[in-house]
Amino acid sequence: MTTGQTTPANGVRFLEGDVLVVGGGPSAAWAAVSASEAGARVVLADKGYFGTSGATAPSNTGTWCVAPGEDRPQVVERRWQRTAGVADQRWMLRTVDQSYRGLLRLFEWGYPFPKDEKGDVYIANLRGPDYMRFMRTRVLAAGVTVLDHHPVLELLSDGETVTGAAGITRPDGTDWQVKAGAVVLATGGCAFFERTSGAAGLTGDGLLMAAEAGAALSGMEFTGKYTLAPYGTSLNKGLPFRWASFYDEQGNPQLDSKGQHLTNGIGGPSEKDIVKALIAGPVYARLDLAEGALQDWLRQGQPNVMQPYERRGINPFTDLFRVELKPEGTVRGTGGIRVSTHDCGTGIPGLYVAGDAASREDVAGGTSGGGAINSSWAIASGWWSGQGASAFSRRRGAPGVFRNHSAPIGQAGLRPRETVFAVDRKAIAEAVRAEVAPLSRNYFRSGPALAESLQRLDVLWNAVTRELGAEGPDRLKTREAASVLASARFSLTAALARTESRGMHRRTDHPGEAEGPVRRYALTGPDAIRVEVQSEADQLQEKAS
Amino acid sequence: MIEVISDSRCIRCDICVRVCPANVFAKDDQGLPIIARQDDCQTCFLCEIYCPTDALFVAEAADGPIGITEAEVEDRGLFGVYARGLGWSKGRANGAQFDTTHYLRVAQV
Repeated sequence: MTTGQTTPANGVRFLEGDVLVVGGGPSAAWAAVSASEAGARVVLADKGYFGTSGATAPSNTGTWCVAPGEDRPQVVERRWQRTAGVADQRWMLRTVDQSYRGLLRLFEWGYPFPKDEKGDVYIANLRGPDYMRFMRTRVLAAGVTVLDHHPVLELLSDGETVTGAAGITRPDGTDWQVKAGAVVLATGGCAFFERTSGAAGLTGDGLLMAAEAGAALSGMEFTGKYTLAPYGTSLNKGLPFRWASFYDEQGNPQLDSKGQHLTNGIGGPSEKDIVKALIAGPVYARLDLAEGALQDWLRQGQPNVMQPYERRGINPFTDLFRVELKPEGTVRGTGGIRVSTHDCGTGIPGLYVAGDAASREDVAGGTSGGGAINSSWAIASGWWSGQGASAFSRRRGAPGVFRNHSAPIGQAGLRPRETVFAVDRKAIAEAVRAEVAPLSRNYFRSGPALAESLQRLDVLWNAVTRELGAEGPDRLKTREAASVLASARFSLTAALARTESRGMHRRTDHPGEAEGPVRRYALTGPDAIRVEVQSEADQLQEKAS
Repeated sequence: MIEVISDSRCIRCDICVRVCPANVFAKDDQGLPIIARQDDCQTCFLCEIYCPTDALFVAEAADGPIGITEAEVEDRGLFGVYARGLGWSKGRANGAQFDTTHYLRVAQV
C-alpha cells in the first residue's frame, strides 16, 4: 500500500494519505499500526528518527500490566486511590484492557521479553531501545510510509476540519505537506527545554498545534513532578534511587523532618524533605541500600542509568555523588490535549490525540503516570486514536474533495504579525525555564508567584507572536520556542486557577484539597487563554437537564 | 553530550547521521560523520549503540562538552560500554530477553 505523492510544485512536496500520525514514540507507533490494520493508508511523520525519538527509546519502562485473570476492577480501584481523586476508573479499566492486548501482540510478534524466576514470560516491562526499534519494523511491515526527520510545523484546516499538516525536512528545510483524512497528534509531552535524555524533541508542538485548531487542553497544572538524576547528567530515572541514602556536601547524613536519615528517592513521604534539602544546598547520594544481588540486577536491568557512573569512573553503591531533581513538565506530568471521545478524538473534527500529547488525567489523575501508566496509555490511546482516525477518514471520503480549501493555520513562531526580528531562542528557553523549572517556584507554588510568572511570559508571548519567525530550516527552532512558551503559559494559567493543593500541584497559599466535587480546568487559546471549570457534578447536572 | 567520533573505527556507514533523534550529525566532503549541532544533543547514548563499530562516544555531562579525548575513551575502555551493558553488538539489538528489571520491581515495593 503506497501513499500518493505528487511532484514538487513551487518547492513544496505533497503527499496524501487517509491518516497522518505526527510523532515517533510508542503511541505514534501503535496509532500507525492500528490505523493501518483498519485499512487506512498511513503516513507517519517524525521530527527525529522513528525508533530513537521520544522519551521511551532511551529508557527502560514498566507498563501497567494487569492480566484478565486478576481482579481488574479491584486493581483499578486501588490505583485510583493514588490519583488524587482526578482519574476516571472507566478509562483506567479500558486502558488496562487495551494495553494488555497490545503487550500480547508484542509477544506474538516476537518481541524478546525476559522470563521471570518461575520461567514465565514477563511482559510488564519494555526496554526502550529494543522496544522502539522493534516497533519501527512492525510499522514498516504494516505498509506505513515513515518520514524520518520530517518535523511537522503546523496543521492544515478547511475551516472546520483538520485536513493534514505541513512541515519541513531536516536538515535542509524543504517544505512538505500531507493532506490526510484525519490527523493523530502523538507528539509527546513538553519538557520545557530540560536537557534530559529523550526530551530534545519534546517541545509541546502538539499542544500548540491543537490549541491553534481550537482544541482544549486539560490537566496542565499537573506539572510539578521532578525526578532525581546524577547532577549535570541527562538520566532522570527514579528507580535506582529507591535504594539511595542522602548526604550533605561534607558526607553527613541528610535528615528528614523526624530526624531520621533521608533515604528512598523514588517519591513518597521522603520527597518533600529531599526537595527542601535541595533548595537549601547541594545534596549527595549513594545507592548504599542496594546490596548483593540488587547491585547486579541494577547493572544488568538498568544499563542506561549506569552510564553516568561508568563514564565518571565511580561506583554508585560505595561512592557519594551529587544529585539534582529534574523537572518533568507534562512528560511525567499529566497535562495535555483534552480527550473528548472514546476513540481519542479532541472535539475538533479530524483531529485525534495519543500518548503524552494527550491529557492523562483520566488514567493517572493528579499524580505522575511516568514509568507505568503512561506507557500503557501510549499503547491503548495509540490504538484507539488509530481506529478513530481511520474511521473518520473513511466517513469523509477521498482527500481530493476538500484539499483545495485547506490552508495551514500555524501562527506563533511561523507567521509573526509584524517584522521578523532575530529573537534568540536560547533567551526564550531561559526565560521560560526561570518560571517553570525551579523547585522553589514550581514544586512549591503560590498564587502571587504564579501570577508574576504568567505575566512575564504573557509579555514574552506578545513579543513572540509579533516578531518571532524564520526562513528555511530555522523555522523548526522558532516554532519549538513558541510551543514551549505556549505550553508554559497554559501550565501557569491552570496552576493559578486551581486554588487548592492536589496531587503534584502544591499551593503553599492553599494547602490541602478543596471541598466539594473534583474540578478539571479546560483551557483554550493560545493567545488569550480561556479557562473553563468542569466538575463531575456539572456533568451529572447536564445529563439531568 | 556527543564528543568523540573515532576516525580509525568509523566505516562511514552514516547510520549515526540517520538515527540521531536530534539530528546532531552531518557528513563532511569525505563522507565522514561530523558533530554539526553538538548543542542539540540530548545525551541519550543511542547513536553509540546503533554504531556497528563502537566509533562514537557520548560523555555523561548533558549541559556542555567536557573535552574528553579519543585516547582517554580508548584507554578507559569506554567505547561501546552502553552497548555491552545492553547486550547489543555491532549495531544490532540483543539482550532484552535477559533484562533483570522484573527483580527490581518486586524488590522496590
